[in-house]
Amino acid sequence: MSKRLKNILTPIIALLLGIIVGTIIMIVTGYNPLDAYAALWEGALGNPYYLGETIRQITPYILAGLAVAFAFRVGLFNIGVEGQFLVGWLASVWVGLAFHLPKFIHLPLAIISAMVAGALWAFIPGLLKARFRVHEVIVTIMMNYIALYVCNYVIQNVLTNGKERTGNVPDSASLASPWLQSLTQNSRLHWGIVIAIICCFIMWFLLEKTTRGFELRAVGFNQDAAHYAGMSVNKNIILSMVISGIFAGLAGAMEGLGTFGYIAMKSSFTGVGFNGIAVALLGGNTALGVFFAACLFGALEVGALNMPLAAGVPNELVDIIIALIVFFVAASYIIRVFLERISKKEAK
Amino acid sequence: MEYVIEMLNIRKEFGNFVANDNITLQVRKGEIHALLGENGAGKSTLMNVLFGLYQPEQGEIRVNGKPVKISNPNIANDLGIGMVHQHFMLVEKFTVTENIILGREITSGGRINLKKAEQAVREISERYGLAVDPQAKISDISVGMQQRVEILKTLYRGAEILIFDEPTAVLTPQEIEELMQILKTLIQEGKSIILITHKLREIMEVADRCTVIRKGKGIGTVNVSETNPNELASLMVGREVVFKTEKRKADPKQPVLEVKDLVVKDSRGVTAVNGLNLTIRSGEIVGIAGVDGNGQSEFIEAITGLRKATSGSIKVNGKELTGLTPRKITESGVGHIPQDRHKHGLVLNYPIGENMVLQTYYKKPFSKNGILNFKEIYSKAKKLIAEYDVRTPSEYTLARALSGGNQQKAIIGREVDRDPDLLIAAQPTRGLDVGAIEFIHKRLIEQRDRGKAVLLVSFELDEIMNVSDRIAVIYEGKIVAIVDPKETNEQELGLLMAGSSRKEAGEETHV
Repeated sequence: MSKRLKNILTPIIALLLGIIVGTIIMIVTGYNPLDAYAALWEGALGNPYYLGETIRQITPYILAGLAVAFAFRVGLFNIGVEGQFLVGWLASVWVGLAFHLPKFIHLPLAIISAMVAGALWAFIPGLLKARFRVHEVIVTIMMNYIALYVCNYVIQNVLTNGKERTGNVPDSASLASPWLQSLTQNSRLHWGIVIAIICCFIMWFLLEKTTRGFELRAVGFNQDAAHYAGMSVNKNIILSMVISGIFAGLAGAMEGLGTFGYIAMKSSFTGVGFNGIAVALLGGNTALGVFFAACLFGALEVGALNMPLAAGVPNELVDIIIALIVFFVAASYIIRVFLERISKKEAK
Repeated sequence: MEYVIEMLNIRKEFGNFVANDNITLQVRKGEIHALLGENGAGKSTLMNVLFGLYQPEQGEIRVNGKPVKISNPNIANDLGIGMVHQHFMLVEKFTVTENIILGREITSGGRINLKKAEQAVREISERYGLAVDPQAKISDISVGMQQRVEILKTLYRGAEILIFDEPTAVLTPQEIEELMQILKTLIQEGKSIILITHKLREIMEVADRCTVIRKGKGIGTVNVSETNPNELASLMVGREVVFKTEKRKADPKQPVLEVKDLVVKDSRGVTAVNGLNLTIRSGEIVGIAGVDGNGQSEFIEAITGLRKATSGSIKVNGKELTGLTPRKITESGVGHIPQDRHKHGLVLNYPIGENMVLQTYYKKPFSKNGILNFKEIYSKAKKLIAEYDVRTPSEYTLARALSGGNQQKAIIGREVDRDPDLLIAAQPTRGLDVGAIEFIHKRLIEQRDRGKAVLLVSFELDEIMNVSDRIAVIYEGKIVAIVDPKETNEQELGLLMAGSSRKEAGEETHV
């Protein structure tokens, strides 16, 4: 069995296992699994509206997944994508609301501000790691909380007068597209998916084809050898966090300028950043893998909304089934070992 | 003749690769039987089969004439087979006795009876002349002593047949002498020994018979008294091997490396290099002889910029290097074959081809406007792979998949090809077989003859004596003596390395 085939088979088997265990749970609790999965499928891809919503959901997942994957390739675990995502969201809406400019300046400016905000938020843990060897996991977790509450404060005290959400960004800073919406029966599909796909390409090109990518990957594989070869390990650590933060900030802009067009106070994390970790792992930390993994996650998330309505499965059970699929995906190591066994037997 | 161990027609495959092809090894009772072969010849595989870690596809194992099936190491232990590993398996914080009884504790009422255990350990130690203190902590005793603890461990478990895996790799010359004595004592006490090594001199000194393996095949067994090192080497490699590396007299010219009053601290903040002075001229090889841990690693790391020097000066071609980044130093004409090829020398998850440009990837023609030119990179790699005889399925194979010798040849190719004025070779032949060693020595001398300066650090005195034009002895972070390899001997060097002054060393060796 070739390595490539194994890489493709692993997530597929994980998905199947999740579905099988989900089926068992539904049978035990007295729900019809066939109806439920049909509803999931229908809810994700069944008509243009659902399809549009699914693609919309995929967009931030791609970018959050790229953010985690990029840092991971350089040997860093960026748990802070959620926080970088939130500050990106805030910055994009802020710039969207603060200026009145022609669209060809305003929209790029809002998007770039989200990138800068995310980059800045990731720069801090990168710097602390490079300079003082402070573990990035701890710093980024803490930065997530700071982001959450800073955003809430800014929304209530700076952007509005004590309100819980901002107004909508003007057309000149919006990614929304009436044409895409009309194609998909008024879903919230927006141009962001194009940006996300371009970012997949950028990540692939940057890592695999450029001199900088050669250094970044070398640092990820073996810091000692990178240092020996004359590469600056610290510089590459910081750079990788900054690029990771840019992807995360862009994911925020997708919500701020596309899906919602505003930012509201949040009592807890959105989960986009954390799902990004699962997306990156499932996608094997490659650009193409992240794209497909994000498609799966987006489809599950959106399709699940239809399960209570169409099949009467309670929300909690839907969450459990989704969690099971994610669990098996995350536990794909076990499947990999299993596949190795099989291929060893074949060799004999 | 009575055999304690017979491994008959052993065949072991890994996928399509045949690691052991019809090998027969017969060890007589009470003999030291050497197992000789190049890296990757299949010695370890064969021993792992004997130790129960691998199951052979074909063949039979007999212990004391009885066919046995050894399906795990516990069975090997019960049959009286013990292994002294190259890398010690000891708990640093435990005492000698605690380490020895680990897993076979003497208990009374659920509590470990340390007194009784110590008594047992002391008895065995005395019987075999090991002179180990049962109460000493492992972290407090020398490497040579630690090895004796490993020997004690197997004896304590009732081993009758002891396998030694490259036992002298980590020892000083004096410790090697002592080990050889211990081996002889063990034989007198009725034990049998299998000695895995590729050091021919040791085989000549202690072994009774020697089985040679080449590329997974058994080449034959010879009586050591009827052979000589040259014959053994050509049996092992399959061709004639030149031992004494041929070289012209050195013709040193202007100084290339000038080190003055260098002080470097190690990772724990302890001064490792303590006021070191050394000059290497163009066209000479200076060998650094010393026991591991006397500041060699820190000295090299300071020259190459991997570690900051606390004070002092390092100049290459008159240019001050202290405080410069590794990149700047590399560009100033310093090449470095690192001591640890996996840690520093290679990115194991990169193809071997990309490892060939590890320091030059950002330069033309390998990179243009920040974009890598893989065509140029791989054509360069292909050239170097051919030139330095790196055996790899292709230049796209991951460096991880290559054998140690081929990884080392790749590194040497890369470093020599950059044509540095100062080439630093740290233990360039560690763990390699005679064929590869010969190749590497030739390359170092070639660089010297082209007017480059070569700094060689090695724990192998043979290598230092053979290759160097001058030998600098390092002790506690200082160069304590500079000797001419033609006018010294291993004993004198050994004493100098242990901290005796030149005069004392001279007196002791010339009595």
